[in-house]
Amino acid sequence: MAEPMKIRATLQGDVADVKVLMNHPMETGLRKDAKTGQKVPAHHINTVTAKVNGATVLEGSMAGGVSKNPYLGFKVKGAKSGDTVEVSWEDNKGDKRTDTTKIA
Amino acid sequence: MNALRRNVLKGATGVGAVAVAVAAGLITPARVLAATPRSAFEAKGMADAMKALGLAAPADSKDITIKAPDIAENGAVVPVEVTSSIAGTSGITILAEKNNTPLVADFGFSGGAQGFISTRIKMANTSLVRAVVTAGGKTYTAAKEVKVTIGGCGG
Repeated sequence: MAEPMKIRATLQGDVADVKVLMNHPMETGLRKDAKTGQKVPAHHINTVTAKVNGATVLEGSMAGGVSKNPYLGFKVKGAKSGDTVEVSWEDNKGDKRTDTTKIA
Repeated sequence: MNALRRNVLKGATGVGAVAVAVAAGLITPARVLAATPRSAFEAKGMADAMKALGLAAPADSKDITIKAPDIAENGAVVPVEVTSSIAGTSGITILAEKNNTPLVADFGFSGGAQGFISTRIKMANTSLVRAVVTAGGKTYTAAKEVKVTIGGCGG
């Protein structure tokens, strides 16, 4: 089961600075297991979506080229204190996770 | 960012039609971008990756800032921050040129999202980290070299 994300959203002027830390192994499918010598199957996040008050602001695609436990930072103009930030991801195995926070 | 969008841009009515569609909320840039072909992530070599993304010959731009370390000791975690001050930035694509599969991540912005993305990527070798920015139907690019001491792509 997917572990929760850490999301922090702070307001700087009228720009919300959002920082997200996702929990995911991000296996490329190229790495070999040190003990067995077998390749570790690919397991990585494919898509990430971020919404502010229900409106999509960021949509991203990624693969194994992003580091383990991906960090994502982005900025949203015109956001207000108390607005809801919702971040969701889906991986190549169909696993999903959505977490929300309020802009501080 | 994908075939559909490219075709729309190439279409007879061209950019104007897209601008109208965007303004009407019919297609937001990010919505279109979300369909980044998965094949692009499997493309080997820069030329193939750019082709799969449909990003033809982007122009060099000084308005794109890439913040990344000059020397990354651990290629598994290389912090990269891309800021685009180009007006109307709708997408940022990050590529590590000498990775087995150069395309790392592709982001599309809509609503109030600004042309800024910060993340951490894996790099196999010392190479250029390239950012490709899409703004108003045009593509711009910038690159920064990162020296990698220990590669971080396994294999």
